[in-house]
Amino acid sequence: MERIPILKMGEFLLVTIQVDMHDRLALTLQDDLTAQIVKFRAHGVLIDISALEIVDSFIGRMLASIASMAHLLDAETVVVGMQPAVAITLVELGLPMKGIRTALDVEKGMIALRGAILAAEQDGDASGIR
Amino acid sequence: MPTANSKLLEVIEKREDQITGQWVEQQQTTGRKLTAAEREQANRQSREFVRALKSALQRNSGGDVSGPDWSGVREFLVDLSSRRAKDGYTPRETASFVFSLKLPLFSALKNEFGADPKAIADEVWLATLLIDELGLLTTEAFQKSREEVITRQQKELLELSTPVVRLWENILALPLIGTLDSARTQVVMQNLLEAIVQTRSDYAIIDITGVPVVDTLVAQHLLKTVAAARLMGADCLISGIRPQIAQTIIHLGVDLSDVTTKATLADAFELALRRSGHKVVGQEAASTNAAAR
Amino acid sequence: MRVVSAESMEIRVSDDVVLVRQAVRKKSIALGLGLVDQTKVVTASSELARNTLDYGGGGKALLELVENGTRSGLRVTFEDQGPGIPDIQLALTDGYTTGNGMGLGLSGAKRLSHEFELWSKPGEGTRVSILRWK
Repeated sequence: MERIPILKMGEFLLVTIQVDMHDRLALTLQDDLTAQIVKFRAHGVLIDISALEIVDSFIGRMLASIASMAHLLDAETVVVGMQPAVAITLVELGLPMKGIRTALDVEKGMIALRGAILAAEQDGDASGIR
Repeated sequence: MPTANSKLLEVIEKREDQITGQWVEQQQTTGRKLTAAEREQANRQSREFVRALKSALQRNSGGDVSGPDWSGVREFLVDLSSRRAKDGYTPRETASFVFSLKLPLFSALKNEFGADPKAIADEVWLATLLIDELGLLTTEAFQKSREEVITRQQKELLELSTPVVRLWENILALPLIGTLDSARTQVVMQNLLEAIVQTRSDYAIIDITGVPVVDTLVAQHLLKTVAAARLMGADCLISGIRPQIAQTIIHLGVDLSDVTTKATLADAFELALRRSGHKVVGQEAASTNAAAR
Repeated sequence: MRVVSAESMEIRVSDDVVLVRQAVRKKSIALGLGLVDQTKVVTASSELARNTLDYGGGGKALLELVENGTRSGLRVTFEDQGPGIPDIQLALTDGYTTGNGMGLGLSGAKRLSHEFELWSKPGEGTRVSILRWK
């Protein structure tokens, strides 16, 4: 069964979505990711969607779920590399994508994650598992 | 029908010069005032058309102008129409080239069949049907040409899209000039978003100082662009909002509370610099400090 | 309006949603749509294909290249024999959902298309048609 690979990058996890995802694959990804966050005590997740030419409400929901689950596990999420055509379409579609952090690429994503993690620590985030 | 139409050919052949001459005169009364050069051109075109008409009638007097025998006539009219469309003739002036042929034709038919009222009635009827068809063809061709000109101009306007300017390493500016229509705005916004990706910019400033009117559609496009840039991970600022524009936007009920706006491009630039951790320091202060050490 | 070409596809499993997306992408490229317009029509189709699968119990998609006078367009029609939509107005409101969805399928697809037609009868099925002109 195909799986989307999850790479460990220091304290972060990097997921690169390159295929046209169907439901099974999306659910498997969520399972794998949550398991890995716990296993490596990761504080940040980067989801690279620069290869995705289509983001519909299903994918949007999946990204939002991942961000929520990660947050519960005390990890911050950032979605990077959204293509302009996708961004324009998502705005038109009306998908709120609220609370989902975004960045132009992986490098900027990591800077954003470090900032977010710092802010969460300073906040004394009570919803974390720690 | 064929028999009656072949009489039309006869009449034209017999009285070609007379018909052409009257026709040219007729054109000048129904059309606009022509220069000498234009008059000469009209003369030439009229003679050529009558020749083409004769040739078509010789091959097929059935009068089906969409058939292959009439292609010469059709091509002539299409060519005439498009040239006149480009030269700024009105649709009426162009169509009347064909329609004004009726009077001289009918007058020639009357002279030929004067004694036979039924013959005149039949001939005139057939002639008018023919001229009407050709006139409509001319009008359609004129229309098509005009549309082609307009489409080309629109395309050129779009290509003159406002360029995106790189103000700093990670700060872009898009100075919009002129009236924005929906199509142009979409293209311009797409260009900005592409530029953000290519230059890896964190900030984009859309300056609307040069935009005289902002209507709902334009305002919505601006908002959509800001939202799209955000989704991509960049921040969009809008500058150059003049008092009148500010009023219009509020009256339109457009909600800009989520967007950072500044009165001038300079203010927006300064803000973007600050947000990206930069500070602008005067040179004098720097050199004084250096001297003091 | 005349139909220049038509292609029919079955929507039975979730992999079919991906296939529909790919087919719509191909057709929109053939039509000569720009990238953003392609993305809009493919995304709208994805939403509707998913609806057909999740709420309609499966069905089919019909992809048609159409012409109306001087303009050409791509029309995609989704049809199912599912339970139907009892309250169409409600279904077209943003955020409405009966399932786990964000309730954007129908209204979103409508926003992304130039023309939108919806027919549904409880107990009989649903047919949704979207059209994007070039």
